[in-house]
Amino acid sequence: MDRDELLDLLSEDARTPVADLARMLDADEETVRAELDALEAEGVVRGYRAVVDPGRTADERVEAVVELDVTLDRETSYEDIARRLTKFDEVVGLRLVSGDYDFAVDVEADSMREVSRFVSDQIAPVPEVTKTVTHFVMQTYKEAGIAFEDGEDDDRLSVTP
Amino acid sequence: MSEFDVSERVASVPPSGIRKFFELAEERDDVVSLGVGEPDFTAPWRAREAAIDSLERGRTSYTANRGTRELREEIARYVERFDLDYDPDDEILVTAGASEAIDLAFRALCDPGDGVAIVQPSYVSYVPGVQFAGAEPIPVPTRAEDGFALTPEVLERSGAADAEMLVLCYPNNPTGATMDREGLEAVAAFAREHDLTVLSDEIYAELTYEGEHVSIASLPGMRERTVVFNGFSKAYAMTGLRLGYACGPADAIGAMNRVHQYTMLSAPTTAQHAALTALRECDEEVTSMCAQYDRRRRFVLARFREMGVECPEATGAFYLFPEAPGGDAEAFAEGLLEAEGVAMVPGDAFGAGGAGHLRVSYATGMDDLRTAMDRLERFLDNH
Repeated sequence: MDRDELLDLLSEDARTPVADLARMLDADEETVRAELDALEAEGVVRGYRAVVDPGRTADERVEAVVELDVTLDRETSYEDIARRLTKFDEVVGLRLVSGDYDFAVDVEADSMREVSRFVSDQIAPVPEVTKTVTHFVMQTYKEAGIAFEDGEDDDRLSVTP
Repeated sequence: MSEFDVSERVASVPPSGIRKFFELAEERDDVVSLGVGEPDFTAPWRAREAAIDSLERGRTSYTANRGTRELREEIARYVERFDLDYDPDDEILVTAGASEAIDLAFRALCDPGDGVAIVQPSYVSYVPGVQFAGAEPIPVPTRAEDGFALTPEVLERSGAADAEMLVLCYPNNPTGATMDREGLEAVAAFAREHDLTVLSDEIYAELTYEGEHVSIASLPGMRERTVVFNGFSKAYAMTGLRLGYACGPADAIGAMNRVHQYTMLSAPTTAQHAALTALRECDEEVTSMCAQYDRRRRFVLARFREMGVECPEATGAFYLFPEAPGGDAEAFAEGLLEAEGVAMVPGDAFGAGGAGHLRVSYATGMDDLRTAMDRLERFLDNH
């Protein structure tokens, strides 16, 4: 069974029934189920989530991207800082990036005030953090490879040679 | 209303057999169609952007008859992947879709009364194209038991030895059949022995799911007698941009260009710019579309197997050609359309050898394919 292809299929649509995955992979269902279990057990697949367009829900949650500068010393590594930051529920995404700052942190909370308070009360005081820049998200146009638009029309004729 | 005096040559060619089914399908709005002969993907964004850019720069004039120099050079580089070597100067002609190129070949290379052996089931345009050119089509029906591959026996039996020209298309529309090197070598030997000109429609070359596509023109002694057709419609999902090309020996391409320059002048300029970018930058999109077709192919084949629908293991294009349960393809297709709103095209529309089969296109999203297969299963259970 081709693991990469299974991952491709799941990345495209994680809700594809196992029976259909098996058909598409030319494998039997048991093999696919076992491979899915293995992927989860090995931590290759970390979860399955819906891609929600927040603009189309009643949810007023606020997202922000926070740039974070840190200083390291002999006892503290990026991993140490990351480990602390990931503990917060408000931190929904955390990446170490190249360029002008160190971490890009995705923060989510119920209001702008809560996001601000979280950054100033929880993140800024971390001893290694030297600077934060908070960007509130105003509009999301695309996420996880899915564009938040109406899509393109299929204007093909129903029967063509 | 007066009855206009239409030429006998045109009047004798019946309208496409697909037309009738199209009209039936258009009457309903809940149809899930597996009858579409073009990709469900849209052209890669980079290629579309190149088209827009060319318009913004005001590139709205004719190009050279044979197509822009840049595009012909890029096509020459592209076909190297199929072991083909053509000179962009005088061996490549850019046309308004591969269909135009095929029509040009019939008109430029056939004399009145010439026999043209057409491997069938086939794309619906070859036979009328030959008739419009005043030549004589000779059907060469391939067989389900050969997986619709072409064999010397079939050629022999259908009288192709007496023809001047042989037209074949692999990967095939409508059967999805492909041919490997060995199979093509036998066909090539037949063509050499009987001195046949070969027109090889390779528009689906990129959509080959097992093994590599082999062009008959790359086999020994074949380049000098073969014209190869390809284009951007299928691999790059650019059907509506109408752009294809022919590659062949300079005298054949020159003759085709003679007709082309007096009729089309040049292929659409905007589309040529899009095509150039498609060739240069869109390999990844082609690979990705191809991978998705392949999954759908396996999905539909598996569902057919589970339902007991007999279907040859098709390994190319985006078609399957199963047997129509009950044997009467037209009755089955009409019944299925009426009862369940699923459109498949009866194989008869594709000429000899197509009777009793259905063309099932999987150029349709997975959701629709699932729905179509569920409905087909229900239909089979109820009938």
